[in-house]
Amino acid sequence: MVSSMFLIRYEEIGIKGKNRYIFENQLVANIKQALTSLGRAKIKTMQGRMLVDIGDIDPAAASHRLSRIFGIASFSPVARVKADTDKIYQAAKAALENAMEKEDTAPGEKITFRVTAKRADKSFPLTSMELAKEVGAYLLKNVPNLKVDLHNPRIIVSIDIRQGQAFIFSDKIPGPGGLPLGTSGKGVLLISGGIDSPVAGWMTMKRGVEIEAVHFHSFPFTGEKSKQKVIDLCRVLAGYSGKIKLHIVHFTDIQKAIHKTCQEDFRITVMRRFMFRIAQRIAEKNGALALVTGESVGQVSSQTLQNMLAINEVTKLPVLRPLVAFDKNEIVALARKIKTYDISIQPYEDCCTLFLPKSPITTKPRLGVILKAESRLNVDEMVEDAMGKIETLTITEDYK
Amino acid sequence: MKNHIYLDNAATTRPAPNVIETVVQCLENIYGNPSSVHRLGVEAEKVVARAREAVARILKADPKEIIFTSGGSESNNLAIKGSAYSLANRGKHIITTSIEHASVYSVCQDLEEDGFTVTYLPVNEQGIVKVEELEKALREDTILVTIMHVNNETGAVQPLEEIAKIIKKARGDKKLPVWHVDAVQTLGKLPLNPKKLGINFVSLSAHKAHGPKGTGALYIADGTTVRPQISGGGQERGIRSGTENVPAIAGFGAAVSNIKDIKQDSRHMAALRELLVEGILENIPGTRLNGPPPGSQHAAPHIANISFAGVRGEVLLHYLEGEGIYVSTGSACSSRKESEHRVLRSMGLKEEEMEGAIRFSFSTQNTEEEVKTVIKKLKESVKELRSFG
Repeated sequence: MVSSMFLIRYEEIGIKGKNRYIFENQLVANIKQALTSLGRAKIKTMQGRMLVDIGDIDPAAASHRLSRIFGIASFSPVARVKADTDKIYQAAKAALENAMEKEDTAPGEKITFRVTAKRADKSFPLTSMELAKEVGAYLLKNVPNLKVDLHNPRIIVSIDIRQGQAFIFSDKIPGPGGLPLGTSGKGVLLISGGIDSPVAGWMTMKRGVEIEAVHFHSFPFTGEKSKQKVIDLCRVLAGYSGKIKLHIVHFTDIQKAIHKTCQEDFRITVMRRFMFRIAQRIAEKNGALALVTGESVGQVSSQTLQNMLAINEVTKLPVLRPLVAFDKNEIVALARKIKTYDISIQPYEDCCTLFLPKSPITTKPRLGVILKAESRLNVDEMVEDAMGKIETLTITEDYK
Repeated sequence: MKNHIYLDNAATTRPAPNVIETVVQCLENIYGNPSSVHRLGVEAEKVVARAREAVARILKADPKEIIFTSGGSESNNLAIKGSAYSLANRGKHIITTSIEHASVYSVCQDLEEDGFTVTYLPVNEQGIVKVEELEKALREDTILVTIMHVNNETGAVQPLEEIAKIIKKARGDKKLPVWHVDAVQTLGKLPLNPKKLGINFVSLSAHKAHGPKGTGALYIADGTTVRPQISGGGQERGIRSGTENVPAIAGFGAAVSNIKDIKQDSRHMAALRELLVEGILENIPGTRLNGPPPGSQHAAPHIANISFAGVRGEVLLHYLEGEGIYVSTGSACSSRKESEHRVLRSMGLKEEEMEGAIRFSFSTQNTEEEVKTVIKKLKESVKELRSFG
């Protein structure tokens, strides 16, 4: 349907209590922001729904953006008419015909459909059931090649009566769900270029948490291409959030120092501890309240609970690990869905691959041993030095 | 780019100033379609004809034997598929080597899938094809031999004259097998006279010799037939349809015309190669040259492939990049696939030697000073990287 109106549903916000308005206001702001480069949109909230009037904006472009706004459970291009049966008939017919155009049918084949109606406005003279029946009968009479199927129809024409108005739609597009970005504070995501961390970032954003990403770059152990890969991943994430700040930490000197002083089998653990220390400093500087990682229990030997414990010890911030209980194939499926997968699998080294020891690393590091190794390093100075060499980029979806 | 040292000339070269000028001029002024019959078309046609003459001159060929393509890969595809399919009724056996560029090697593998039989000739430890194996491999139904001139990873120059004798003998008074030579790394570095050697096809690429990317040529000896791989408007005598890439072709012509004295250019690059190879082997322990030694008649002047034991090539590459020195690991088009080290593996290198291989490649623009700097930086970097081994 060529429509300049979208009906937005946001299930989870709907069940919030007194501070529901905070979430709604944020969602309104986020929708406006997402559409702003396309044009001006007017948004009205009404009884747990939102109505977006996109004006002159191309509906397909608007639809693409809406489908990536966290907090939106689903949305529909919708026709709004006065709650008057004749007007409802006409709008329902248009919605149905539009949906039929998209259906592939053999010649002579009948398309199954049904009508559903909801009446939040009880002043409307017909009950929901009656309205659905009446409209269904009208459509059957006035549109050829139709057949009613109440249980498994190909097309559902929906009518929603609210505040003296009727909203008619035939298409329901899923949104990402979750909570509006910006309603849950900020977190710092450790992003590597692999499959997991961007997915972890996405899932955290889905819960309303704004993300700043930090990447540890170890030239010459990793090249320009691996940095570009992280930028490309952030571009995809920015498609959901508008923009993402990416802090690139030059990590080579720290890696070299660790290499010199630490035993091979717990080098990775010490390295992760440095990453957390730096990420925490970045969080403090930017008002973030948590660290976010793509770790999943037992996926690699540095992701055992013992290792997580040893790594967590350096930070007082909560460490969010949204993938902690995910299997690899579940993570991959999500990475494909959010479109980071094809970038993540490009074969450039990340800083961990090159520092992997030849023999397996210890899965049960003892904190005492690690602390002793670190006592040979000037930890504070090394962190301070790395903080002084951070390159910060603001990545948008069309970042060059 | 002032202080950079570019030693990745086998991947691509920097376009010469007069090449850039020619391309820009052509884009601005000669925008007609060479197939158009009006004046603008005729002008464009003339530009293409001049370039064709220049390319023909360098191969001592007739201009009508030169077909412009999009580059080396297309030329290789056209020569191999084009002749294999047009000769399939005469036989289905093809001979090539284990060290060809991917655009030859993969095409041969495709042809195997399509019912052809391919013999891959082995090479010795210097990466030079074993000529006696060619003699053994030739059969009654051998329709095509495709052997490169200069290997892109090691700089090993294949013994084309010996090969020519064997093929000539095998042909007797027939015309088969036909012979294709991938000479993408030859242009501007070594002379090549296909007529003298009885070569039917020669692939060339402009951007390996300071020309623009996206254009190249296939020499097709007069009287040799080939089945077109791109059909359409019948350009390039019907062998390669598609509107000519006039600006790039003009740039190709300019680049080829810049090649004045191959012998002198070659001597200059060979001296640099020798300086680098000796400098590394003498000053850095745990290094080995993969390919023919300096002074060998089988050593191309511009490519040196060296393994640094205990160092990962990719890391060394980035380290040198940090110093403004640009080199390559193995060949520029490879990824982390098993096939990555096909050429070095066929020379018998060990896994670790392949992992630590770096390709240095020169152009006439490089200097002795640069090579000395590179040796110095290599000494430092290899020592440091080994400490993290």
